[in-house]
Amino acid sequence: MMEVSPSTVSFREFGCEQTLLSRPDGSASFVQGDTSVMAGVYGPAEVKVSKEIYDRATLEVLVHPKVGLPGVRERSQEQCVRETCEASLLLSLHPRSSLTLILQVLHDDGSLLSCCLNAACMALMDAGLSMSCLFCGVTCAISTDGEIITDPTAAQEKESRALMTFAIDSKERRVMMSSTKGSFSVHELQQCITVSQKASEKIFQFYRDSVRRRYSKNL
Amino acid sequence: MKDTPLANCERDFLLKAIEEKKRLDGRQTYDYRKIKITFGTDYGCCFVDLGQTRVMAQVSCELVAPKESRPNEGIMFFNLELSPMASPAFEQGRQSELSVKLNRQLERCLRNSKCIDTESLCVVSGEKGWQIRVDVHTLNNDGNLMDAASVAAISALCHFRHPDVGIQGEEITVYSPEERDPIPLSIYHMPISVSFAFFQQGTYLLVDPCEREERVMDGLLMIAMNKHREICSIQSSGGIMLLKEQVMRCSKIASVKVSEITELINRALLNDKTARKAGGRCGFAESMPQERITALKMGQRSVEMTDVSETASSIVQTAEAPLQTVPSPLVPVPGVGQVGEGLCNAWGLEEEEEENEDGESSGGDSVAGVTKMEDEQHKDDKSRKVDVVEILDSDEEEEEVVILYPETTKKAKLMRRGQENDSEDGFEEEVSENEDDMEHIQTKKKQIEKSSDDDNDHAKISVTLMSKNGNSSWFLSPPENQGRPLAENGFRMTPPIKYATSWTDDN
Repeated sequence: MMEVSPSTVSFREFGCEQTLLSRPDGSASFVQGDTSVMAGVYGPAEVKVSKEIYDRATLEVLVHPKVGLPGVRERSQEQCVRETCEASLLLSLHPRSSLTLILQVLHDDGSLLSCCLNAACMALMDAGLSMSCLFCGVTCAISTDGEIITDPTAAQEKESRALMTFAIDSKERRVMMSSTKGSFSVHELQQCITVSQKASEKIFQFYRDSVRRRYSKNL
Repeated sequence: MKDTPLANCERDFLLKAIEEKKRLDGRQTYDYRKIKITFGTDYGCCFVDLGQTRVMAQVSCELVAPKESRPNEGIMFFNLELSPMASPAFEQGRQSELSVKLNRQLERCLRNSKCIDTESLCVVSGEKGWQIRVDVHTLNNDGNLMDAASVAAISALCHFRHPDVGIQGEEITVYSPEERDPIPLSIYHMPISVSFAFFQQGTYLLVDPCEREERVMDGLLMIAMNKHREICSIQSSGGIMLLKEQVMRCSKIASVKVSEITELINRALLNDKTARKAGGRCGFAESMPQERITALKMGQRSVEMTDVSETASSIVQTAEAPLQTVPSPLVPVPGVGQVGEGLCNAWGLEEEEEENEDGESSGGDSVAGVTKMEDEQHKDDKSRKVDVVEILDSDEEEEEVVILYPETTKKAKLMRRGQENDSEDGFEEEVSENEDDMEHIQTKKKQIEKSSDDDNDHAKISVTLMSKNGNSSWFLSPPENQGRPLAENGFRMTPPIKYATSWTDDN
């Protein structure tokens, strides 16, 4: 039985800034250690006829890499984020309209997908869109000696045997999305899910603190 | 998504304000907005804030074969992307007119001005050289993207360091930053673009137009200049006629602005250098404002994990064990393997239909199928004591074919069908078949007349209708029902058919 030592299960320092761009309806930048992502949301707005859905809003997610043009990696990240957002947003409130979420990678130092998810959630909150629950992303890496590392850096990701990212909802701490890489046992998967669920509490607490700060009268 | 249109009253207001030498944000005519330059964690990453306009530039490098026309030079590549994040009007993956214009201007400003020593980027002449790629991402468009992009690009280029390479004979070694310090680019001068917006056919001039002002301007003049007051590129757009004096005045203003901005870039670079030397943290994460209420930062947190292992194992234990049995594969036909349920169809009806279709498609069998049905229906009809022959309406002759009961005809038809289907030629054959059958009918009529003479009482006649879309058959009811198809049989009758009654008369 492998042990989860408390030293590896920790978050790097994280920070968030909302409403930092003037043009989008909602914007946020999320920083986890050195990894940082900026997100902008437009909508609900008019939708192209070809993309119109008669009973709910069309959600479009775009991920822009730092260097070069979006490729397959970005497409898969887009899909992961879109499916998570679709599950939490109340899209049926805005039929025949479009929501656009743009994520710009500012720096990648590991746990990029979870950072994208967190930035997306903060931006959607900032845009004031109705959601059934909040969500957050947690990345776990299993190192070669079986240790679980949460929020790994790029170097830790490289050395790890398996990498998992989960989107956790705020209501029941359920897994909304999972994206895994590498091989692991069922037991390890369950362990990582449990770790992520526990770790998500910290992120949701951070969400709460930042919203409280935002609507407070003094700093 | 379309950009929000500018209302006419807004437009008039803006123009009137400009006429009165006033600007919306309180600036003077020649004032720039506040410029903020931030460097990222890695080399060659630069954020520029020009008021609310925000741009990010990232420089990257790659070892490639140099261009054949210039074997001793590295390659510079510029890409300015109008991300939809910057403005709802910018679309993903579409080269708009604005995007082409800005890309071209950036290239002219930085590549064609020869501000970077491309010869120093050559590694092995004609074989290997560095390709320097500059990606400029627009994050927020509040006007004057070009100036922000040019400042970001040149700052990023100054900040960038490419890995050192060593050449031993044929071998090229690229050293990691830990092994050897990366090398900065050699930059001769720093061209910076300054934009001037013109209103009322060039009567009024504004430096660094914001987004609202850009919307109402008549023309734009972009001058790229370095601090030595050398003009690197100049471009006028919007189709306004400018006087020589106006251009001269603009270039004078530009020289002042450029020296200010160059000073700022140098200070920012020096600041970053000392910060890096001191080993302190740098980058975007550090530049995040602390004093805003919209921003929050949290230090490193550890997560308590006391019962993770136990929870995980309890979940695994309580979880339902997956089915271990794997059904052995079935091989219905050579070359096809099947595993899993649903091999046999529970929908008997569907299967029958399939069979029927199969039968029909395989020609000869279909006739057998039809005749079988006919036989069954004969049994049903026996109680009715049919003694009927049928005749076609003369008008509908092309549509239907009638086959009459007597054994001989059925057999003949069977044979004929078999022969025809051998030739496997669908449509034309069928037509000819119909025609043949028409003749056939004529002969059969006589036979019927004969046979009905033979056994007056119980003549049963089956009618097969050959419509173009398939086979259908039905029976004629006895004379008292006068040629109506039996409803119980449920066979479809194609086009409404009038049944000639003349045969009875003939009889």
